[in-house]
Amino acid sequence: MAEAVGERVEISEASKAYGPVVALDRVSLDVAPGEFVSLLGPSGSGKTTLLGILGGFVQPSGGSIRFGGRDVTWTPPHKRDVGIVFQNYALFPHMSVGENVAFPLRARRQPRSSWGERVRRTLAMVDLTGYEDRGIHQLSGGQRQRVALARAMVFEPRLILMDEPLSALDKQLREAMQIELRQLHRRLGATIIYVTHDQREALTMSDRVAILRNGRLVQIDRPDRLHDHPADSFVAGFIGEATLLPVARIDDRTVSLAGTALVTARPVPAGADLVLAVQTEKLLLEEGPADGRNRLSGTVVDTVYQGESLRVFLRLADGTGLSLRQPSHFEAVRRIPGVGQPIALSLHPEDTIVVPRTEG
Amino acid sequence: MLLLASPALLVVLALVVVPVGWFLGLSVYDGGFTIEHYRRIFVEDVYWRSFALTFRIALVVTAGTLLLGYPVAYAAARLARPWDVLILLCVVLPFWTSVLVRTYAWLVLLQRTGLVNQLLTGLDLVGEPLALVHNEFGTVVAMVHILLPFMVLPLYAAMKKIPDELILAGASLGGGPMHVFRRVFLPLSLPGVVAGLTLVFVLCLGFYITPELLGGGRTIMVSMVVSRNVELYNQWGAASAVAGVLLLAVLAVFFVVGRFLPLDRLLGQK
Ligand SMILES: Nc1ncnc2c1ncn2[C@@H]1O[C@H](COP(=O)(O)OP(=O)(O)O)[C@@H](O)[C@H]1O
Ligand SMILES: [Mg+2]
Repeated sequence: MAEAVGERVEISEASKAYGPVVALDRVSLDVAPGEFVSLLGPSGSGKTTLLGILGGFVQPSGGSIRFGGRDVTWTPPHKRDVGIVFQNYALFPHMSVGENVAFPLRARRQPRSSWGERVRRTLAMVDLTGYEDRGIHQLSGGQRQRVALARAMVFEPRLILMDEPLSALDKQLREAMQIELRQLHRRLGATIIYVTHDQREALTMSDRVAILRNGRLVQIDRPDRLHDHPADSFVAGFIGEATLLPVARIDDRTVSLAGTALVTARPVPAGADLVLAVQTEKLLLEEGPADGRNRLSGTVVDTVYQGESLRVFLRLADGTGLSLRQPSHFEAVRRIPGVGQPIALSLHPEDTIVVPRTEG
Repeated sequence: MLLLASPALLVVLALVVVPVGWFLGLSVYDGGFTIEHYRRIFVEDVYWRSFALTFRIALVVTAGTLLLGYPVAYAAARLARPWDVLILLCVVLPFWTSVLVRTYAWLVLLQRTGLVNQLLTGLDLVGEPLALVHNEFGTVVAMVHILLPFMVLPLYAAMKKIPDELILAGASLGGGPMHVFRRVFLPLSLPGVVAGLTLVFVLCLGFYITPELLGGGRTIMVSMVVSRNVELYNQWGAASAVAGVLLLAVLAVFFVVGRFLPLDRLLGQK
């Protein structure tokens, strides 16, 4: 299975309108063979619609789709050779696990004698060895998820689409499955396009993440780039734990936050409506000389213990709320002032992220 | 639990147990205990033929409603907004006219000089008008029509419960439309098929007005035997015995269906 090569996917200007509702608005996106790309966006941003267009269930109102150079825009779903994992798994309730996984082989008229071995091998890949004869109702949520995955892989598709496949699982299982999916992706070599509304999940698993908002592609980038170089205030607010604060431009490298001048290492974008995105982990408790770092001071409002870290809420002199994270080890915790005490902070110019405010 | 169920138990007692017990009592008590009425059913030809005819008609009518009803229910379950409502409305509309009216309507359509025969002779498809009514054929046609909603509605309900995603999944996994229908849609609609078959079959067994009016006096179904015993001969005991045997036959059908169809697998899918 490992030698299967991923499909190249080219989406150009894909649009979909449901009457007056524009679900998808001229989205263009190229996915390299073997790449893992997530579609990330809030509910209603058009993720499922785009996946439906790729799977062939949704007829685009405009634009085209190519798989490996072939135009498949009007190819019916059963001729696309795409493995799909649906949000609610969509397992066939009247079939056993083995029959579910053999479905694609039967549908493709593969010789019956080959089914058993391929089903067995695929179930082994998702850690369900020996589950062939179980009924779907006898499985836990995580096991159903694996069956759905096995069923989408068994015919060795070069492209696999997944629509929020982990959203029904509890947190621990979800995080374990994220790592498993990543490893499976490496072994399979297939291209994966993965829909999620969970930004951590997208950042954890993907080579690149495409951010959708109101049916439009806002930004597509590597996870680290997305986090540190958001295109606008929507992306900055969606990724990580940012506080968004309005700032005024002073010059190409300086902005003013409620009267305090802040230096940024990156060119301040053009336009009047600017926003400073302060990620909780980038704000540091002041220690020693400034060394060219931006300084802020405020008052501690609250400290929330969250296990591996603490979140400190504070207020600047003008009343602006902010928060930062501290690891919950002794040295770090000791430095956090008590509630009502003044707190001194610094923000490195490299971490001073100024973005244009998203219109609309 | 028992307390909560007691109103329901009372209703069942008043509407089912008491009347059934009453007529079963009548069938064995005629101025004294007797099994004469049952003996007559088992030795006299007329009764046997009536039972056989009734079951044959019930089978044919049930099969007919399934054949016609399945595509109708399928269309209603799969089509988008205005069409599904329209189809269901056409199915349910006849409910608002009485069975008597619908039966007479078929009489008008199927008689020697009726619309169907006029069309057939007019197109020179047949030389002589066909005997389409006053026989078993006319009875079956009208019964299929009258009982069709009882097939379509359970089918529709079962089909509506099949998640759209399963059909999409079938297609995405490489199944063409026919394959997905055979392997996914059809098996998942079986609970509706079983419900519809049972409902229509049982309704057929007790059907009265239509065979009486369209059967031409030769299509004597069990219900008519009962009615004749009461109306012509004032034989309540004989009528009750026939009804008792019919009831037993219905229970037997349920028993056999339950034994040989994996009903709990078909109906009990959570
Ligand atoms: N079948 C449909 N009919 C009408 N509107 C739809 C349909 N499917 C999706 N939409 C609309 O299109 C928009 C995008 O939906 P969707 O792609 O499901 O978003 P997401 O998966 O990101 O939550 C939403 O506003 C939704 O209401
Ligand atoms: Mg969705």
